[in-house]
Amino acid sequence: MWLSEMKEGQSATVVHVGGNGMLRRRILEMGILKGAEVYIEKYAPLRDPLELIVKGYHVSLRVAEAAKVEVDNVR
Amino acid sequence: MRWITSDRPFRMHPKNLTIALAGNPNSGKTTTFNNITGTRQKVGNWPGVTVAKKEGRVHKYGYDLKIIDLPGTYSLTPFSIEEIVARNYVLDERPDVVVDIIDASNLERSLYLATQLRELDCKVLFALNMADVARTRGMKIDADKLSQLLDVPVVFTVGNKNEGIEALLKQAVKLAETDTKTPKRRNVKYSKDIESAITRLQQFIEEKTDGTTPYNTRWTSIKLLEDDKIIKERILQSADKIGLEILQTSQALRKHLEQRFDDDPQIVMTDERYGFIAGIVKEIQTTSTKQRVDVSRNIDLVLTNRFIGFPIFLFFIWAMFQLTFTLGTYPMDWIDAGVGWLSATLAGLLPDNLFKALLVDGIIAGVGSVIVFLPNILILFFCIALFEDTGYMSRSAFLMDKIMHLIGLHGKSFIPMLMGFGCNVPAIMAARTLESEKDRILTILITPFMSCSAKLPVYIILTGAFFGTRAGTVIFAIYLLGITLSIITGRLFRSTLLRGVDAPFVMELPPYRFPMLKSLLIHMWDRSKLFLKKMGKVILIGSIIIWALSAFPRNVSYSVDYDSKMNSVITSYTAQLDTAAESAKPRIEKEKEAALFAVEKARQAEHAEKSYIGRIGKISAPLFAPLGIDWRGGVALLTGFVAKEIVVSTLGVLHAVGDKDASDALTNALRASGMTPLSALSMMVFVLLYLPCLASIAAIRRETGSYKWMSFSIAYSTTVAWIMAFIVYQGGILLGYS
Repeated sequence: MWLSEMKEGQSATVVHVGGNGMLRRRILEMGILKGAEVYIEKYAPLRDPLELIVKGYHVSLRVAEAAKVEVDNVR
Repeated sequence: MRWITSDRPFRMHPKNLTIALAGNPNSGKTTTFNNITGTRQKVGNWPGVTVAKKEGRVHKYGYDLKIIDLPGTYSLTPFSIEEIVARNYVLDERPDVVVDIIDASNLERSLYLATQLRELDCKVLFALNMADVARTRGMKIDADKLSQLLDVPVVFTVGNKNEGIEALLKQAVKLAETDTKTPKRRNVKYSKDIESAITRLQQFIEEKTDGTTPYNTRWTSIKLLEDDKIIKERILQSADKIGLEILQTSQALRKHLEQRFDDDPQIVMTDERYGFIAGIVKEIQTTSTKQRVDVSRNIDLVLTNRFIGFPIFLFFIWAMFQLTFTLGTYPMDWIDAGVGWLSATLAGLLPDNLFKALLVDGIIAGVGSVIVFLPNILILFFCIALFEDTGYMSRSAFLMDKIMHLIGLHGKSFIPMLMGFGCNVPAIMAARTLESEKDRILTILITPFMSCSAKLPVYIILTGAFFGTRAGTVIFAIYLLGITLSIITGRLFRSTLLRGVDAPFVMELPPYRFPMLKSLLIHMWDRSKLFLKKMGKVILIGSIIIWALSAFPRNVSYSVDYDSKMNSVITSYTAQLDTAAESAKPRIEKEKEAALFAVEKARQAEHAEKSYIGRIGKISAPLFAPLGIDWRGGVALLTGFVAKEIVVSTLGVLHAVGDKDASDALTNALRASGMTPLSALSMMVFVLLYLPCLASIAAIRRETGSYKWMSFSIAYSTTVAWIMAFIVYQGGILLGYS
């Protein structure tokens, strides 16, 4: 499942971060990497971008960017 | 380790120490910097880029400490300007100590930058900032253990309470004084495969170059395995043929690692660094299960709420505008009155000569017309500082990103563009909040299409004269045209000139914080100072040029002998006054003044017509003719280059109407001059779009950091203005309007 498909209030474990170049690097640097626990805090009023909590801080990602992050163990 | 001392064999001033502050955005780095340096700050730009550089000096412990505030970054990869600037500073300028401000409540992510600094082999000191926040979140950090694990001195600070700053400086000085070479211990460890690749490359480099590489060989090897563009270039520059060999070797090793891990080695190394950090965090941080009440999250539930998030956002923006342009009016009036008083006083004191004209009509009038915006700018920047310091700025970007992304822009572009309706100068400067240079340039290019408040008087005069009751609708349509063109321009440039991958919207939403007045004021003043300093120069020169063009040549040959006309007016009225009854005298006196005034205005109008700018206007008349604008309109538009408000006053001068109840007189004069509603509309469209005013241009030059973009902006907006006005005027004629 992709991070962009998750609903508000769901948690999951990151399996793989795709995409390339700067975007991938940025996502990884913000701590969204394999094995990290993410929690979907909310979507913006216009459904894009989304806000998630990882390692205790809040990060926003566009839905298209979140679609590059594969997650597992969604709950 | 010859390279450390190679180009700095001895220190010239042993009593000077340079301390650089590094850290994540929102880590409290700037607050710490403000606490250390107070108001003794120098704000400028890093050479060649528009990233703000802050520098401060303090005298402590017998040293002159130069404190440098490095741009806030999450990493030291060479992907963004900020990161390149920060890294190059540490690499090339070699500060005596680098203080890494670590957000203790975000230990894991903060340590990512910290480990990279550690790898750089400079003298690093960690400041565990906001430890109080961490404590309330139930985290306990073992600083001694951290210090021991990474072999780095660690100090606790609470930036916003000004705690631990003394200890931090003391420790930094102590660290600078220790003569130990950087420790040989490897502090950040990778997996076996990566380590062996690093060692192989390192050995290769050391054998081949005899230690002449610009930087530490282990670090160089790591960077080469990460395919770091800048380091690759530098290796090639410093050891050309051998450099090529080194690059080939690293390429082979990279390929090997890529096969081994089935992923880019760079990514694998990021992964491992985080793994290494996770290990450290596990050892030094204990989190109690105490569940905290998260105020920030609760605030956010309201402020970015699906239903009321937007209304609240709009309210804040409205409030900002109200404050800026309503509250700002009062000091604006005072400054205006002050400038008026100054020019009147000087006019009275100085003898009538060229110098007086230059001083009063050129310099004071020109600079005065810009300085009146200072209150607006101060208030606006205060509001923006408030948005930024509380953390709301990133929420506004979060809310607006979807809409702005449709135009090819970033959520953060919204605020600058909106501010453009007030004044383009602070708007262009507000584009600084955008991290990506492309976004910044694009925002700067389209902001001038937001009709600024200085253009409003022009619309009011023209619509008042030609559109009567429909004036409001017409003005609204003009504003709408500006917005539409900015969207089209945005999309156009995004897919042509400024093409490229969109900057990722991977943005931290920091917890809301209560702003500190001191820091708000410093932020506000920093930006306003830039406005004053840099704008001052350009405005001064520009005003003088425009003045000179309209004041010279001094002696024109008039078609009418105005002096004798004046004399005849005076004689005829004197005769009338002599014979008139006492009661009629005041009336005649008034008539005389009006008649003299009319003659004087006619003279001024003819002088303006025959001055250089008038001649330029006449020469460029064919250019404006297809737009339905006569030479007077053309001249008015040219003078509008200094400031848009001047368009109205120039029209007044050229149509020989006085200052008193000018708008009515001007309205009549405009109607009489053969201007039609259609040509008035065409002129308004032109005013909306054509070249930004001098102050804006100075701001564009400054914020894009290049004359190229400045010239482009001028050329683009003026071309668009001409084409649109042409379409309006010629299209209108075709459709039968006139």
